[in-house]
Amino acid sequence: MLKAITLLLLFQLAGEAISLLLKLPIPGPVIGMALLFAVLALRGGPGIELRETAQQLLQHLSLLFVPAGVGVMLHWQRMADEWLPIVVSLVASTFVTIAVTAWVLRALIRHGLKQDTMDPLP
Amino acid sequence: MSPRISELWVYLAASPLLGLTFTLLAYQGALFVNKRCHAHPLANPVLLAVAVVVMALWATGTPYRTYFDGAQFVHFLLGPATVALAIPLYAQLGRLKRMAVPLLVALLAGSITAACSAVLIGRLFGASAATLLSLAPKSVTTPIAMGIAEHLGGLPSLTAVLVILTGILGAVGANGVYALLKIDDPAVRGFALGTASHGIGTARAFQVNEQTGAFSALAMGLNGLLTALLLPWLMPLLLRGLG
Repeated sequence: MLKAITLLLLFQLAGEAISLLLKLPIPGPVIGMALLFAVLALRGGPGIELRETAQQLLQHLSLLFVPAGVGVMLHWQRMADEWLPIVVSLVASTFVTIAVTAWVLRALIRHGLKQDTMDPLP
Repeated sequence: MSPRISELWVYLAASPLLGLTFTLLAYQGALFVNKRCHAHPLANPVLLAVAVVVMALWATGTPYRTYFDGAQFVHFLLGPATVALAIPLYAQLGRLKRMAVPLLVALLAGSITAACSAVLIGRLFGASAATLLSLAPKSVTTPIAMGIAEHLGGLPSLTAVLVILTGILGAVGANGVYALLKIDDPAVRGFALGTASHGIGTARAFQVNEQTGAFSALAMGLNGLLTALLLPWLMPLLLRGLG
């Protein structure tokens, strides 16, 4: 647990450092995720401790959004003034994005399946 | 309140302990309700927990800053949790390699759709420039979206709220969209949900199963990268002619 947490923080730290030094518009934790993924791919997978810690952390991913979500109370006035564009934009854009992504991906997978026989899906 | 109790309240309200404990309690209460509703998407744990905390802060007249002093310890874990997403992602490595091209094309389509539709619809209905700039990264995970909004000149804390609302909308409504389009491949479902609804969609996807969750996590990570690269170019085009 302790080792795994330290490892995650080290990768985040490396990500933050790269993001700052290279002045990238990509936040540190995302670069940290990419780095860890690359290391796992090179070394052939996570150890059992890292896997269990990650699972525990991700099981309660929802909890981590609560503090930022409560920030809604800071923007009550703007939300009251502009509720119509905000609501229409969020609802329509979210569902259109899900539909477009899913439709494109399914169409491409089907197309690929016709061209060559893929392994059976896991 | 008697003097003793009000003294105790003044002390506790000023320490981080109360905000942190209350966040954990509200979340566990929300999980309990979610379970009792058989994990119905409308009983979203984030939505329920946020509603309970906001009402409690209003009822007690506690400012958000004071609450956040405690809740920041939870908020901080978003960083290591984002890094930890590499692990379920790795578990799907074989399938990712086989599907690399379809995934990247679908991602590009989804990422551009998310930003353009949000800004153009908002503009059509008369949103202000600051709101539009805060809306643009709404499909990207909170820490990335806040960084993008700041970079563009939007309001990062408003973006955080819009991002979370987007996540809840996707988690609540995705099944309806999939039923309409007859999409049943768990990988496709997860990938589309992660592209549109980032971490909250991913949290929902992990409730469904590990494969859906992993593809959602992949889409969330990739969309974070792509949106951060695309928006500085896209926004001037989308905002053209606006004061």
